[in-house]
Amino acid sequence: MQTPEQQQQQQQHEPDPPLLRLRGIVKRFGGFTANDHIDLDLRAGEAHGLIGENGAGKSTLVKIIYGLLQPDAGEIFLSAERIRLASPREARARGIGMVFQHFSLFENLTVAENIALALPSAETLHGLRPRILALAERYGLSLDPDRPVWSLSAGERQRIEIARCLLQDPRLVILDEPTSVLTPQEATKLFETLDRLKAEGRALLYISHKLDEVRRLCERATILRLGKKVGDCDPRRESPRSLAALMVGAEVADISPSAPHAQGPDLLVVDDLSLASQDIHGVDLSGISLRLRGGEILGIAGIAGNGQSELFAALSGERLGAGAEKIRIAGAPAGARDITQRRLMGAAFIPEERNGHAAAPAFSLAENVALSRHAAAGFARNGALNFARARQTARDIIGAFDVRASGPDAAARTLSGGNLQKFLVGREILGQPKVLVVDQPTWGVDAAAAGAIRQALVDLAGRGAAVLLISQDLDELFDVCDRVCVMHAGSLSPPRDARETTRAEVGLLMTGSVIEAAHAH
Amino acid sequence: MNAQLFELVLLTIVTASIPLVIAALGELVTERAGVLNLGVEGMMIVGAALGFAGAWASGSTLVGALCGVAAGMILAALFGLLTIVLAVNQVAAGLALTIFGVGLSGLLGAGFVGLKREGAPHLQLPGLSDLPFVGKLVFGEDAFVYAAFLLVALAAYFLARSRAGLALRAIGDNHDSAHALGLSVRGVRFLAVLFGGACAGLAGAYLSLAYTPFWAPGMTAGRGWIALALVVFASWKPWRVVLGALLFGGATVLQLHAQAASLGLPGQLMSATPYLATILGLVVLSLGARRNSAAPAALGQVFVPPR
Repeated sequence: MQTPEQQQQQQQHEPDPPLLRLRGIVKRFGGFTANDHIDLDLRAGEAHGLIGENGAGKSTLVKIIYGLLQPDAGEIFLSAERIRLASPREARARGIGMVFQHFSLFENLTVAENIALALPSAETLHGLRPRILALAERYGLSLDPDRPVWSLSAGERQRIEIARCLLQDPRLVILDEPTSVLTPQEATKLFETLDRLKAEGRALLYISHKLDEVRRLCERATILRLGKKVGDCDPRRESPRSLAALMVGAEVADISPSAPHAQGPDLLVVDDLSLASQDIHGVDLSGISLRLRGGEILGIAGIAGNGQSELFAALSGERLGAGAEKIRIAGAPAGARDITQRRLMGAAFIPEERNGHAAAPAFSLAENVALSRHAAAGFARNGALNFARARQTARDIIGAFDVRASGPDAAARTLSGGNLQKFLVGREILGQPKVLVVDQPTWGVDAAAAGAIRQALVDLAGRGAAVLLISQDLDELFDVCDRVCVMHAGSLSPPRDARETTRAEVGLLMTGSVIEAAHAH
Repeated sequence: MNAQLFELVLLTIVTASIPLVIAALGELVTERAGVLNLGVEGMMIVGAALGFAGAWASGSTLVGALCGVAAGMILAALFGLLTIVLAVNQVAAGLALTIFGVGLSGLLGAGFVGLKREGAPHLQLPGLSDLPFVGKLVFGEDAFVYAAFLLVALAAYFLARSRAGLALRAIGDNHDSAHALGLSVRGVRFLAVLFGGACAGLAGAYLSLAYTPFWAPGMTAGRGWIALALVVFASWKPWRVVLGALLFGGATVLQLHAQAASLGLPGQLMSATPYLATILGLVVLSLGARRNSAAPAALGQVFVPPR
């Protein structure tokens, strides 16, 4: 670890200027300071990690480097020349390329069209095809130029982003959380590509909150916390634990397992559930069976878009049509019941999308409590809502789950992602459900809130409830689940004991190879 | 039905379809850029009023057509200012534009009601135009017809093949990604809205200069709305717009002939058949290729650049 002072001394002795140098970058959004006097040096051929929690200011900083945002103060030097980047076009012209976290791709255009859009206008689509194929060959990125993007997997989409970036022959490649949607195998392939880029002398700025990846790839790292640079380090010499402590600013608590408890009766049973999707971009569910006992947490791993949302909708009753006997909640057939009826049977559901699905963004927290628990918690009598009770319940949730909000009347959208998610998890858990189905509860949530949410799920199971956890985060699944199964292309693999399976094994299932092999027999 | 009557029917079908083709094509380009402009009817009718006024004052059909185009573009610029620059809701602004346009056209055209001028001149190619059956249909139309088909061909090429067309489609598909790539989302959208306005104005001018040829208040008679519907049912594809417009024009003309032949069906039902036939035909078309629909994903969404 170096303090900023030591670092400054060191810089005064540097012989040649770094490829990219940031000095005192400040970016404010209204009263919120996203970047507060950030310095950064990046050399050619260096892989530099930019790590920090969600909301630490990493994405804002790289958007400034890529010309998408204008800093309020501070200087950017590229090869010792002070530059001002008015647009991404200028950044690309100067050799700065970026691979986005949320893909900046166009669903209805083909691979070649998507790539052409980022290149100088002189390029013709016709001349581009051989170049795409040559590049794909050179970096091991297999791509079909004529496929439309909507038909591609997340890994393929990312290869488009990378190819698009590389065709401009950049000196600096910025990667914003590139592995967040990849399987472990796809991530390994990505790292091989990145190693090749490094060997060619290109600089990489690698943003992640996955510390293992930063340690694997980067020789230097800058750590941001709440918009400020809190230090830099050689990540290879740090442990994931020490890096996490730097990121969070405190020691990270481990999840404590619930006290040993006996597993109860089957509370959620799904029997050979098949359901055709109603959405043209959706996934058909085929032959899903699972059996979840009280006191147990079953995890469903899988890459997004493999039928998880469809399964969630079928379980929650948002999508009917499965047949009464296909889904049983606490022993009773529930397949033909609607959402409210299923809640009355003792089930609770937390959808993936916080704002707009799990909560109405413009409604107050108390109103959001009433929306999901009006029937099961008896807030409504003869059609009239008892708002005093809903507000009291909201207050209880805020207290019990340490939600940072101004009170039960705060609008849901004014809460940060982590706080709103804690509130939503608390809303369902305080109702003491027998069955809880939860989809991606910690996506985009800071580490402290994620830890609290996971602990709440473990505690709920410890009290005898059955928890079904759908997640893309393998660390999370292995942290809290008793058994894990994998969803791929609408099918569910048989569950495995979480202590007896490995990440590699689950990762392989996520690509579908094993499930398909099993189906072939 | 003898051949001469048949040719006459085909000629009137083309005439009835052309305003729809032009107006729908403009709206198609606008929508492909992600902007829903419900003001087509309003821009069209102001184009009809000013087109006739311009032609009457100058004595030239071309000047009249240009006046119609200019009128459509001015209204479209107003719409663009509201929805693209000031980020007003597109549905509300479009409806307001139609109401405004209908009122404005009545005011502007008040002095021209009842006046009649020569229709737009038709092409005369010695020999070719006198060919039996196809002569008038292919070589004897007025300039609007050829302009319409040229516009469709150019727009189809522009959207599918040109770099600028690719950028326009990208912006209509995902304006956030387009912005992240450095494309000028608001600039391109504004130009697309202007093109839509120009086309609607031209379609209106066609009505008052070639179709009837005189000005009457409310003469667009809902054709702007039909054009809007055609765009959707044509799955945002230029040549399908032509097909839909011909279907609609065809049904319009045929039901007129059927009414004249007094088949005994209620006239109101006959008058409704073009609408029903067009919707049915295009629904069948769009069902056939749902996956191929080019529906712009960002259609109707207001873009505010993050700063």
